[in-house]
Amino acid sequence: MTKQTPIRRAAGVALAIAALAGGFGAATSAEAGPTVDQIKQRGVINVGVGTQAGFFAPDANGKWQGFFIDFGRALAVTVFNDPDKVQFTNTSPQQRLPALQAGQFDVLLSGVTETILRAFKLNFNFGPVVFYDGQGILVKKSLGVTKGSDLDGATIGVQSGTTGELNIADFFKKSGKTYKPVVIEDTNAFSQALLSGRADALTQDSSDLALRRAAFPNPDDYVLLPERLSKEPLAPAIRWGDDQWLQIVNWTVYATIQAEEWGITSENVDSFLKSDDPAIKRFLGVDPSLGEAIGLDPKFAYNIVKKVGNYGEIFERNLGKSTKIGFDRGLNRLWTQGGLLYSPPFR
Amino acid sequence: MTDARALPPPAAESRLAAVRRWWGDHALAQAVGLAAVTVVLAVLTANVVASMRRLGMSPNFDYLAQPANFDISESLIVYRAGDPYARAILVGLLNTLKLAVCGCALATVLGVTLGLLRAAGNPLLARLVATYVEVVRNTPLVLQLFFWIALTRMAPPVRQALEPLPFAYLSVRGVYLPWITVEGGAIWPVAAFLLLVALLVHEIHKRLGRPLSATEWLVAAAAAILVPAGWVWADGVRLSADLPTLRGFNIVGGISLTPEFAAMLVGLAVYYAANIAEIVRSGLQSVTRGQWEAGRALGLHRARILQLVVLPQAMRVITPLMTSTWLDLTKDTTLGVLIGFTEVTAVIKTSANNTGNAVETILVLVVVFLSISLPVSAAINAYNRMLARRGVVTS
Amino acid sequence: MTILLEDARLAPPKAERWRAAAADLFSSPVNAVVTVVVAGLIAAALWRFARWAVVDAAWSGGAETCRQRSGACWPFVASNAQLMVFGVYPQDLLWRPAVSLALMAGVIAASMIPRLWSATLALAWGLVPAAVCILLSGTFFGRPVSTNEWGGLPLTLLVWMIAFAGAFVVAIPLALARRSNMGGLRTAAIIVIELVRGVPMLVALYVSRFIVPMTAPGLEINLFVSVETALILFVASYLAEIVRAGLQALPRGQTEAANALGLGYWRTTQLILLPQALRAVIPALVNLGIGVLLSTPLVAVIGMTDFLSAVREAASHEQDWPGCYTTAYFVAGLVFFSICFIASRYSRWLERRLRAAGHG
Repeated sequence: MTKQTPIRRAAGVALAIAALAGGFGAATSAEAGPTVDQIKQRGVINVGVGTQAGFFAPDANGKWQGFFIDFGRALAVTVFNDPDKVQFTNTSPQQRLPALQAGQFDVLLSGVTETILRAFKLNFNFGPVVFYDGQGILVKKSLGVTKGSDLDGATIGVQSGTTGELNIADFFKKSGKTYKPVVIEDTNAFSQALLSGRADALTQDSSDLALRRAAFPNPDDYVLLPERLSKEPLAPAIRWGDDQWLQIVNWTVYATIQAEEWGITSENVDSFLKSDDPAIKRFLGVDPSLGEAIGLDPKFAYNIVKKVGNYGEIFERNLGKSTKIGFDRGLNRLWTQGGLLYSPPFR
Repeated sequence: MTDARALPPPAAESRLAAVRRWWGDHALAQAVGLAAVTVVLAVLTANVVASMRRLGMSPNFDYLAQPANFDISESLIVYRAGDPYARAILVGLLNTLKLAVCGCALATVLGVTLGLLRAAGNPLLARLVATYVEVVRNTPLVLQLFFWIALTRMAPPVRQALEPLPFAYLSVRGVYLPWITVEGGAIWPVAAFLLLVALLVHEIHKRLGRPLSATEWLVAAAAAILVPAGWVWADGVRLSADLPTLRGFNIVGGISLTPEFAAMLVGLAVYYAANIAEIVRSGLQSVTRGQWEAGRALGLHRARILQLVVLPQAMRVITPLMTSTWLDLTKDTTLGVLIGFTEVTAVIKTSANNTGNAVETILVLVVVFLSISLPVSAAINAYNRMLARRGVVTS
Repeated sequence: MTILLEDARLAPPKAERWRAAAADLFSSPVNAVVTVVVAGLIAAALWRFARWAVVDAAWSGGAETCRQRSGACWPFVASNAQLMVFGVYPQDLLWRPAVSLALMAGVIAASMIPRLWSATLALAWGLVPAAVCILLSGTFFGRPVSTNEWGGLPLTLLVWMIAFAGAFVVAIPLALARRSNMGGLRTAAIIVIELVRGVPMLVALYVSRFIVPMTAPGLEINLFVSVETALILFVASYLAEIVRAGLQALPRGQTEAANALGLGYWRTTQLILLPQALRAVIPALVNLGIGVLLSTPLVAVIGMTDFLSAVREAASHEQDWPGCYTTAYFVAGLVFFSICFIASRYSRWLERRLRAAGHG
């Protein structure tokens, strides 16, 4: 009878598990307060992303790659000077916003469109737009459709939880025509809907559609209509009420844009260290006064460019002409080249 | 532990004493413990509200009246983008119920058939059914649903739709069948009348204690045909065939079954049919061999023994298991969200996404499912208790 | 030994059974037709499968070969094996999930041998998940890896193991409370069990993801922890009902005998009732275990990269491997089926063994 019984052992196990769970909680606990403190304590930035090769996707070795991924890494460089101190979690469009609210992520880099409702009603702050997009329609070429209003009575695939879902309803209301929606949450199933003929067309951010089309087995059978139904500025989203974190997100993105404006790339950045231009000196931290004044590592911009690259490099590496995707920069050119990218001054 | 409950109550017990007896031992410790749990729950709830405040939100259900600016793939009632969220959620709920009812019916028919086929005496057939049950029950339902939706995607495109029967089409957009449209009047009195006739025939049958004669059947049939026809003529009801035809991008008209609904329906039915087949088998096995032999000794046929002796006893095992299987199936309709069937979870998630009321919308979801499952669960428990009282099974 | 004898006595010799079955196949004209039709169907299905899996499959080469062949694309499995099995776990630390996988498989395998059932094994069920968590997270040693990067088969097994082991700890008190004669306690247990059983698992997961983190402001609740909390509660509510059924099936004489020996409530429960009750419901426990394992893919919905979602992730590299979905899903299905099929066969074997040994 004195022998230890299974029940007592089981109780011991229960305690061990409880302690473990408690340990996890404690390991990640932080005072209520700025996201930055939580991130520093945790040692890593939590980033919510989607899956779409080019924007964000793990490669065959499980390492995340893509345009938005690189901005996540740039943020990790700003905070930790280490592009790997960031972890990406796949989240469907329908889940990402509540998940950000619930505190699962520090920032969403999943191609979220900035809208006034999301700013006021969902209480999000948005960083600078990293990708200017517009909603497009992808159709099968053989249908002979040339504009959206030709699709009267057609079946159109929309992805739930996106602005695209709302815009298409507006679009058909406005034109007084009808359509049959096929609402799909899963990213892969969305492409399948068009490929199988379940839907006549897909509507979504045109970049997203172009990425899908590129991944189709027979991309030439499909055409992305030139019409744009909406403005889709894709920006990093963070929770409301954390100004310091917002500034870090803002200026990390601006640093990549400013670097491109000055022609500073990851390869030639070291040669700019010898530049006589006081602005470049401040930017790269050769003159540390700026960094000291704002409380960041004076060399944060240098580190970003060195370890991740400037905006142009990020774009070209993941989406540009040298890749399978082959996007044109379009609106995502520098303001000096007729685009919309414009960084406020670093001073 | 059961002793205290099993004791018959003393003859004249005051209400207070009855409560005290129900409350049982360690009265104070129980009260303190429950109070502590209640306090913890209250604190957690307050924390949730505080967290929401910190994010600039306040818990409210105002969004239910605001317009939902998204469309829904399929709906049993009229719904357009811009209708209130409450209506969108109702659309989702009706879709859930539609899937649950059809799924339970199909799974039951399929499951009972399989259970009986397995017992039919052909070893190869029994082996095939057993393999089916093994495969279905040992792979994730999620994976099976992916399989079924992929299968619907392999159907021919809408312009090359299969037409196995005139005006019945099968394509990647779904199944389209002819239907009858009713215009200019009401059809429900006809349905009510037919129901009445059926009940009457049943009642007469019971009272007479013998099958109806041919003449009596003829009278009933004539009434069932002539009266509705008269009503239709008098009320000006016009019936017309609603035939599906290819027009523009889609097949329009008739009634249709979307591929997403079909995949969910087939997926759930196939999965739960395997469970039901097992339930039927275990129910039949629960009846001892002696019962069969006794039936045979009375000179009854196999089918009559099954109907009169075995099934009524097997049903006691089958009924509660079957009910809880139906409940499980209903809960699994939520997986529709994974393959694009717009049921209540999908609508609620979209609402959460567009309004930011994630906490409130999830609470609505919890309430919806509890209001389905708690009554069913209570009914199962009551049924089991009733059987236990009758001494049929130990409960 | 006695068990073997029992079995031998119950079942006719194998050859005889075969002969009887063969006779049944053609016992009547209807039966003969059914046999031929069913055999034809089986043969056709097997042939189609063989063509897909072997004859028309691509066995070597790369994506190009797969494009040309209409069958399965095995090179895809080979080159994506890492992503499918381990998800997005850091590549240079793969030994950690590999060791974890071995540890968990070891405990599960050991649990299937009745001779090894002991308090030590119960302890192992608590310690191994804890060890795996420490190993995967790199706490106390090496580079920390966040729970968000755990994935693949180790994650699936870990989620399952913690949910199941943890559920025991919650379920036994719940079951006892539900059978207790203390009204308040009993009502509380009934409320917990029925409320949790009343919602679908998906909804429970939503609650864990979107509401649980808000219950502790200032404390950042890890997704993994909140999901496991929800799953433990969810599984426990089903488990409690199974344990309750086991307790109910015990003859009242057991309690009375224990009382006569002067044992109190706790000693009676611990030494007499629970061991017998749990033994009686082992088949139901295995079935619940299978059910929980088959439900783990749902955690993907709230953003965890379990085995199935790692497989889907691999399959989404469509531009490289066109049409690799079928192969990927087949592999995933096969893995789940193998595990669960072995478990269900084991459960049946155990049931017979226990019944033969007079414990059923």
